[in-house]
Amino acid sequence: METTAIFTANNVWMMICTALVFFMHLGFSFLEIGLTRQKNTINILFKNFFVITVGLLLYAIGGFNLMYPGYEDGALGIFKFAGWGIASPENGMTAEYADGGYTWWTDFLFQGMFAATAATIVSGAVAERIKLKSFMIFAIVYVGLVYPIVGSWKWGGGFLDGMGFYDFAGSTLVHSVGGWAALVAIYFLGARIGKFDSDGTSRAIPGHNLPLAAAGVLILWLGWFGFNGGSVLSADPALTSLTLVTTCLAAAAGGVASAIFSNILYKNFDLTMFMNGVLGGLVGITAGADQMGPMDAVIIGAIAGLIIVLGVSLIDKLKLDDPVGAVAVHLICGIWGTLAVGMFGSMAGFDQFLIQLAGAGIVGAFCVICSTAILFIVKLISGGSIRVGKQEELKGLDLAEHGMDAYADFRLNQH
Amino acid sequence: MKKVEAIIRKSKFGDVRDALHKVEVNFFSYWDVTGVGNEKEGHVYRGISYSTSDIQRRYLSIVVNEQFLERTIKAITSSAGTGAVGDGKVFVSTIDEAIRIRTGETGGETLN
Repeated sequence: METTAIFTANNVWMMICTALVFFMHLGFSFLEIGLTRQKNTINILFKNFFVITVGLLLYAIGGFNLMYPGYEDGALGIFKFAGWGIASPENGMTAEYADGGYTWWTDFLFQGMFAATAATIVSGAVAERIKLKSFMIFAIVYVGLVYPIVGSWKWGGGFLDGMGFYDFAGSTLVHSVGGWAALVAIYFLGARIGKFDSDGTSRAIPGHNLPLAAAGVLILWLGWFGFNGGSVLSADPALTSLTLVTTCLAAAAGGVASAIFSNILYKNFDLTMFMNGVLGGLVGITAGADQMGPMDAVIIGAIAGLIIVLGVSLIDKLKLDDPVGAVAVHLICGIWGTLAVGMFGSMAGFDQFLIQLAGAGIVGAFCVICSTAILFIVKLISGGSIRVGKQEELKGLDLAEHGMDAYADFRLNQH
Repeated sequence: MKKVEAIIRKSKFGDVRDALHKVEVNFFSYWDVTGVGNEKEGHVYRGISYSTSDIQRRYLSIVVNEQFLERTIKAITSSAGTGAVGDGKVFVSTIDEAIRIRTGETGGETLN
């Protein structure tokens, strides 16, 4: 009976975390809508609905079995496919499966909620100019193949796991996988009309609803309780509570550092930088949330906050256009968090640092190659461009791609 | 009959409305307008400074009888100012006819 009670408690905790990770999709949607212009709101929501629905179906069709194929001992651990569809193994509903942490169904759904996140990260970066169909094709391939293959290298017990690479909840496996694709995609796409002057000066394109963006960030923070808390893979009292503490402290430190640093640099209290700083701190702690002490978490978060401010300005200087700061938040802070495992906390050490560096590099190279190849093919089959025409972009994708208005009766400032 | 049109700061609208009520100008229309001018308002968004030349103001349209004209103008000019550039302008023009829709009355009577 004792075992059963703990098994049940563990499984309930994991299902709560699954729900919290699901909730993050609302957070992403709000954030992306808020930081872009009203004429593209329907388009962003449509993409995010597409990613969560199709992502989950793809994960059921093959993604889960691609990510957790059960590599045999001595296998290379690079690629294995355990077959189509999902079906619980014989012991899948018992405490034997996964050390009593959760059932097989919980396992599938928890991981499935993660899967769509990678493409949602891309959705924000490419907002306001990508062709809807091009994005959909890209998302299908990326969520259906690239994300689970990379995931299998570590969480599926593949070669990154074998060499001692550590990524607790996905600074690399989720955030930088999405971030690399975002970077490649915005390079392919080019900047939005009006983002850069003819002499190359960067111009601001303010988002249309900062209250919504703020709600999105706070929802994401809440979702991270599940993202990191669930990655303990049981309701282990010590580990789950430690993880939530480090997660929240890093978020807080990231926000504060970002707000102070951007105030020093730009002489204003920029809410959007404050918010991105919180997200940077969260992404930064994700790789080692269960390995850090509270002070480590604060330092990791604070550095992530500084990285955000510099990262956003670096993207601008490179003449890339990332409306929501996805590259700075998910890619750069994802890499930072991965490396931080080798620098702080209980795993710190030079060897571990090199392993982390290698892991982040290998995943980066794979994601860049895959994104480039996929986008190149998508470009060919999308009539030579993955970007909407100039008129469509100026009119807004809501009308051009959907024939819909996000705020049909609301006409303060139509562009 | 005269039409007094005034472009004023939104922040001064309350003062102007009260001043107009004091001189018994109780009926007028207004709407928010956006204009272009010399005033630049500094903004910063994600580390990029920019200024918008879009200037937000409130536009008042007041139709009065001749004997109300002077005090209407005075009420506006004495209440809408801050001394800084951008306090706005007042325009006066002549109105040919006014008709009250409910009764069909015409002329200055309709304004009372």
